[in-house]
Amino acid sequence: MTSLQTELNGKSTATLEKPPIIVAKNVEKTYGNGFHVLKGVSLTVNKGEVVVLMGPSGSGKSTFIRTFNGLEPYQKGSIEIDGTPISNGKKGIELVRREVGMVFQQFNLFPHLTVLKNITIGPIKLRGLSKADAEQAAMELLEKVGIAHQAKKYPGQLSGGQQQRVAIARALAMKPKVMLFDEPTSALDPEMVREVLDVMRSLAESGMTMVCVTHEVGFAREVADRIIFLTEGNLIADTTPDQFFNNPKEERLKTFLSQILH
Amino acid sequence: MHYSFDFSVIWDNFGVLLAGAWLTLRLSLMAVAFGLVIGIVGSLFRTSGNRLLNGIALAYVEVIRNTPYLIQLFFIFFGLPAVGLKLSAEQAAIVSLAINFGAYSTEIVRAGVESIPKGQVEAGLAIGFNKLDVFRHIVIPPALANIYSSLVGQVILAVLFTSVVSQIAAEDLTYAGNYLDARTFRSFEIYFTLAILYLAIVWIVKALAYVVEARFFEFAKYRQ
Repeated sequence: MTSLQTELNGKSTATLEKPPIIVAKNVEKTYGNGFHVLKGVSLTVNKGEVVVLMGPSGSGKSTFIRTFNGLEPYQKGSIEIDGTPISNGKKGIELVRREVGMVFQQFNLFPHLTVLKNITIGPIKLRGLSKADAEQAAMELLEKVGIAHQAKKYPGQLSGGQQQRVAIARALAMKPKVMLFDEPTSALDPEMVREVLDVMRSLAESGMTMVCVTHEVGFAREVADRIIFLTEGNLIADTTPDQFFNNPKEERLKTFLSQILH
Repeated sequence: MHYSFDFSVIWDNFGVLLAGAWLTLRLSLMAVAFGLVIGIVGSLFRTSGNRLLNGIALAYVEVIRNTPYLIQLFFIFFGLPAVGLKLSAEQAAIVSLAINFGAYSTEIVRAGVESIPKGQVEAGLAIGFNKLDVFRHIVIPPALANIYSSLVGQVILAVLFTSVVSQIAAEDLTYAGNYLDARTFRSFEIYFTLAILYLAIVWIVKALAYVVEARFFEFAKYRQ
């Protein structure tokens, strides 16, 4: 076998190991007020990839990732999560959502449940785990995000950064195939951004498939496999961090970068 | 004008009054328990976005809140037997009080439901809960905490409303008082005592409400 063949074989194995988890094709959405927020956006995310979505505000990036778990209905195109189509108003969307973790800008922890119960409610009620098993798994996740000692507290007793780390643990507790992050650090005080990004970084290193809408340049540069640039509802760049930041081709992207990289 | 007060009528008949007070307390608690269930379902209908369900709940609320409770009670106790539904005085009292409290609590709980940020619902859906489970597990507990003081106020009104059921001879505290008054003509002593006993019942209910709050809504202290 020639070295080239070995290389090709190696490559095809690699492709087999990395099947697509998210396949979005020509997704179009218009809001009720007539605003055409997504104008036919396509994106494929493979298993284990970390994809960062960037773009100016109003570009449709949050709307786009919210279509991946059916929180945002769309009118045209198609989205598949691990082979299961996400279509509007279809029964069974709950089953797909269990496989897709989501972390929100405003954390959205449940205020009436302790940190521990925020994490175990999904696994107990939806995955059928026993309370003991769910709590053990939750404590392990809380160890990972560094807040095990706060397990008995209510979300209102935690700082923003701690709440967001609990929110990440809550999403992970469902053992999702992919994690969506919708501006996870935008509502945080500056000194708390890092603790959340560190958790995201170690999550990426563990091989989790991640799609992140974020303005954190450092995170995008160091952690992303690909950076997607959306503007006015169009995907105009899908490239490596190096190309994205050091050799941008599109005029709109250059303008954007000049605005965010002061 | 000479009237010599004689509270012996109270001491001699304290068992009668206590039995009446006990029924009043039981009627109150059952009416509130069933009524709250109606109110939670009603608030679900009102906020469901389904026009039919919303219409049903709205019609219910409008009819009950805009007609006298005495008429509702008479309709259920005297009217419904005409269509074959015959209830005892106590049953009619509980049913009518629950229906009445349900209408008021529908609107109070609805306000609580509407106070919950949309992000809470989205977080529940994102985990994989269906809409009904999101409502049950994620929306209702903090919604109730948000409107708890209004709800307790309505509960107290419901307790006081129970005195009306004496009109269908349900043997509540007011009925016991009327009964003693008709036999002894000691109106001052009897109704004075009745007022104090009602006050005591409301205090008991308030104490229970406080216990419920401490037990279930502890988190509300920590909300940002």
